[in-house]
Amino acid sequence: MSRAGWRLASLVVGALLIAAWQLMANAHVISPVYLPGPDRTWNALVHGFASGALSDQLWQTVQRMLLGWLLASLVGVAIGAAIGLSPPARAYLGPTLEFMRPLPASAVIPLAIVFFGLSDAMVLGVIAFGAVWPTLLATVHGFAAVEPCLYEVSRALGLSRLAVIWKIALPSSLPDILGGMRLSLTVSLILAVVGEMLASRPGLGSGILVAARTFHAPDLYAGVVLLGGLGYVTAQGLFALEARLLRWRRTA
Amino acid sequence: MNWARLRGLAFPVALLVVAQIAAMATHLQSYTLAAPSEALAAGARAVADGSLFVATVQTLANAFGGLALGGVLGLIAGILLGSNAIADRLMEFSVEALRPIPSVALIPIAMLTFGFGFRMEIAIVAFAAFWPVLILTRNAVAGIDPALLDVARVLRLTPLARTVKIVLPAALPRIFVAFRLAAGIALTVAVTVEVSTNPLGLGYGMILAEQSLHPDLMLAYLVWIGILGWGLNFAITHAQRRLFGRSALVGPPL
Repeated sequence: MSRAGWRLASLVVGALLIAAWQLMANAHVISPVYLPGPDRTWNALVHGFASGALSDQLWQTVQRMLLGWLLASLVGVAIGAAIGLSPPARAYLGPTLEFMRPLPASAVIPLAIVFFGLSDAMVLGVIAFGAVWPTLLATVHGFAAVEPCLYEVSRALGLSRLAVIWKIALPSSLPDILGGMRLSLTVSLILAVVGEMLASRPGLGSGILVAARTFHAPDLYAGVVLLGGLGYVTAQGLFALEARLLRWRRTA
Repeated sequence: MNWARLRGLAFPVALLVVAQIAAMATHLQSYTLAAPSEALAAGARAVADGSLFVATVQTLANAFGGLALGGVLGLIAGILLGSNAIADRLMEFSVEALRPIPSVALIPIAMLTFGFGFRMEIAIVAFAAFWPVLILTRNAVAGIDPALLDVARVLRLTPLARTVKIVLPAALPRIFVAFRLAAGIALTVAVTVEVSTNPLGLGYGMILAEQSLHPDLMLAYLVWIGILGWGLNFAITHAQRRLFGRSALVGPPL
């Protein structure tokens, strides 16, 4: 079977799973209060977009996620480059960074609440803090792993320090940086949702929590479907960007 | 203790000393911040009255319970998809569609279905741990040397015997990497669920300390969660090196 044929077959399997979900909901295997069928979820989606409530929430969450991610990426690349370029900085700060990496980002939420209150700034701060680590550590690694020969070439050419960073170190660590940024984006979405839930800021996170607390299961599932879609679109978007920015690697 | 390790300690120690001096110099009396010495004292009190121990056990029970459930299911699904190319291609769309759902989006669903407690948190952790184990196990199994599978065919092994005797041992180092990743995710998700909704464990302990204006206790919890996450990662990495040697350490980036 061709590639497209397999793709179609896997779509059919997906459709069958959705049909099974529908049958399960129709048979009331699980109470409809908890598990709506795809039909009611779809209606909630259509209704939510028609009234604008769901699209507003989606937009809020997207904004939060992207803003936090951009902030984290800028800070992560800047600090990561500074640390990656300097062996002493790596020696002194490396262990601290390694300690911070496995720290669950949501554990700083209470600290952020103390500083910022239950505000948009708190949610943004938590996203930026949590999402900074994958990019930062990947950048440190990328800058530290630049082929030493390239530095020798740049010295022979008499390049300035800035030119070395811009023309040599940054392009050669770009694959690492983009990989880190992809991970950061996933973290951003998760923290945006958690932050909205905790601080009750408008968005999909608080939307689905309110839907669950008021037993509006179709609205809840509609929100979760949208969040899944958002995760999928952002991940695919970054893959495409990565493929485009790293075109030069394929020939190498 | 060697020189390199001392240099690594210099920065955090300096930070703590500066924070302590700043707090003492300003006679810090605050509902939002606490000096490192106060955090240490609050942590010691939480150890003495057992509350830190109970919270740690609750969080770890949730994290490992979810890891076991999601990990085993992911392992089974990963072996099935990895050793059966047709099933793998047929499930492609469904996996692609379900995997990007952020685990925290399931918090309200689990809340609605299970209410608060261990079951709800374990279900969410299991969902989060399921995907990395599934994907990495599938890749590991699909990447097994075809010669080994030829051997299985020559020996006329049953599918079960082939899986147990050939596939699993060959893919084990990479499956271990999958579980290492999933363990980190499990702890993170467990703390996240506790911080956001579920009144259990370390995450809830932090939120409670924050809401009752005990910044010293909150900071003690934060540091303890950090040590726990780091210790878990260290222990698993160490075990991996002991079991499989250095070569197994090349895993996918975290």
